[in-house]
Amino acid sequence: MSRDPGPVTGSDAPVLVASGCGGTGRELDALGGLDGIGGFVTRTITLDARDGGPRPRVVESPSGFRYAVGLQNPGIDGFLALELPWLVSRGIRVAVSISAASLGEYADLGRRLGRSPGVAAIELNLVPPDAAGAGLFDAREPFQAARVVGAVRRDLPAGVQLWAKPSADPGRLAETARALAEAGADAVVLVNGLPALMPDGRPAGLAGPAIGPLALRCVHDVASQVPDLPVIAAGGVVDADDVRALLDVGAVAVQVGSALLHDPTAAARAAATLRGDA
Amino acid sequence: MSPDRGPLHVAGEVLSVKRIGAHHHVTVVAPGIAERFRPGTFVVLTLDDAADTARLQPRSFWIHRVRPTGSHGATIELVVAAGSRFTRRLVALPQGSPVRVTGPLGRPFAQPREPVSCLLVGEGYAAAPLFPLAERLRERGCTVSVLLAAPDEAHLLGALEARRTARSVTVVTADGSVGVRGTVVDALPELLTRSAADVVYAAGPVATLHAAAAAAEQHGAWSQTALETAQPCGTGLCQGCPVPVVAEDGVGRLVRACTDGPVFRGDRVRWLEVDAR
Ligand SMILES: Cc1cc2nc3c(=O)[nH]c(=O)nc-3n(C[C@H](O)[C@H](O)[C@H](O)COP(=O)(O)O)c2cc1C
Repeated sequence: MSRDPGPVTGSDAPVLVASGCGGTGRELDALGGLDGIGGFVTRTITLDARDGGPRPRVVESPSGFRYAVGLQNPGIDGFLALELPWLVSRGIRVAVSISAASLGEYADLGRRLGRSPGVAAIELNLVPPDAAGAGLFDAREPFQAARVVGAVRRDLPAGVQLWAKPSADPGRLAETARALAEAGADAVVLVNGLPALMPDGRPAGLAGPAIGPLALRCVHDVASQVPDLPVIAAGGVVDADDVRALLDVGAVAVQVGSALLHDPTAAARAAATLRGDA
Repeated sequence: MSPDRGPLHVAGEVLSVKRIGAHHHVTVVAPGIAERFRPGTFVVLTLDDAADTARLQPRSFWIHRVRPTGSHGATIELVVAAGSRFTRRLVALPQGSPVRVTGPLGRPFAQPREPVSCLLVGEGYAAAPLFPLAERLRERGCTVSVLLAAPDEAHLLGALEARRTARSVTVVTADGSVGVRGTVVDALPELLTRSAADVVYAAGPVATLHAAAAAAEQHGAWSQTALETAQPCGTGLCQGCPVPVVAEDGVGRLVRACTDGPVFRGDRVRWLEVDAR
């Protein structure tokens, strides 16, 4: 590929806040949770506002959480009016996570976000584990995931990165990653919440230390088998040791997700510890 | 929010755990949090580091009392109804045990500028945030009447304490073990009239809040309700505590109990759709 996407983080800070686990950013910032962070990934934004699913939406699970938020979000208009301006004024590198019902809708969202000052990257939430039946474009097949990347890539300004967060199906990850790279993804994000069920039987994502070893394997396999494609890791990170372990197997950056629900300063503390290493 | 008003995430320490009736009163040394406290706010507690525990979810507790300048430093007092694994562990912690405390969190009770008549309605341990509110209202020259409810005497919070600040205190219990046998719903109409309340403040189970908000509206009074629902993170990050409200523009919205509440204007909540799980 000819274009040089540049580094995925804004500074030499490799720690990012994962999608859906950092509120609007303001709540974390009030507690010092964004200090020294290399980037903030928003919760997934869709074209129209969504109410999300019923309660309970987040439940404790051994060494983690099950979540079925169902993509509650204010829609692209609400996000651009009410949430992006604060993130930009805070001076943090912003990646906007999106999901859509069709390729056309994906392209449209990408175009609008790509034109919005302050958006450094778009993260495609290709297969939200908690949104089965939510009417989203089905991107479980690698070839369909690649079509989404292609559709968004076409109209995205050169300065805006495109990250793809595919289904965390370990068996087909290398194949998926290759397809995403060929379609023009600048990085792949591994892993999303793993497919799980809520106690009442609704589809859910499983997050937290329970999925850490699997995330490590996924990152390792893709980083070694698809060396041209930068890997942004997520899954089970609670402290700087976990970040180092993922960097050691080839991740270029690491996202902290559900650990923030336990300790809103977890990402900032991991980042501070890593700076101390340097 | 100015920095000295915002919440803190601090290393705290258990100072004491006292059993009073069916509840435990847990006092925690939490530097900075007592100073920032306003009635209606809450704290989030965690008992272990994430790397050391299989149980990651923190728990939210109303702040019942603060002592900014005790001999042990600034402390906060929480009322705990020990039932879950987390709360049973919390009330068994010996003095000096470390706990992580985040707070004060959430929007507090709005307080009137004028010295008006206020009726405070509380049920069970969840009445906790009303007591510091009563003191502040009295300092502002408001007339404070209190209605306290519980299933029985053991679950009744703070009737003695309420008598020190309030002009009148009414107690109702379901079994009649103390006060009048009955419920909040039975007692509200007469009390609203007798106290000529301009504002109703309510804290307790959803049904009680709904009843208080409805009665206030009928009576032409404002209401402020402290809503307690399950809050997975308590800090506004996870969207796990949606509350259906009617926003100021008249449009229905889902907002977060922990960050957009936990205190809501009673006439803004779509009570029949509230799910507290
Ligand atoms: C409550 C919650 C909400 C989430 N919402 C989103 C989301 O909107 N979009 C998304 O791509 N991932 C979402 N995730 C997945 C995380 O971004 C992350 O990929 C996953 O939780 C694994 O990381 P962790 O173990 O550090 O939590 C969510 C996770 C949780 C726990």
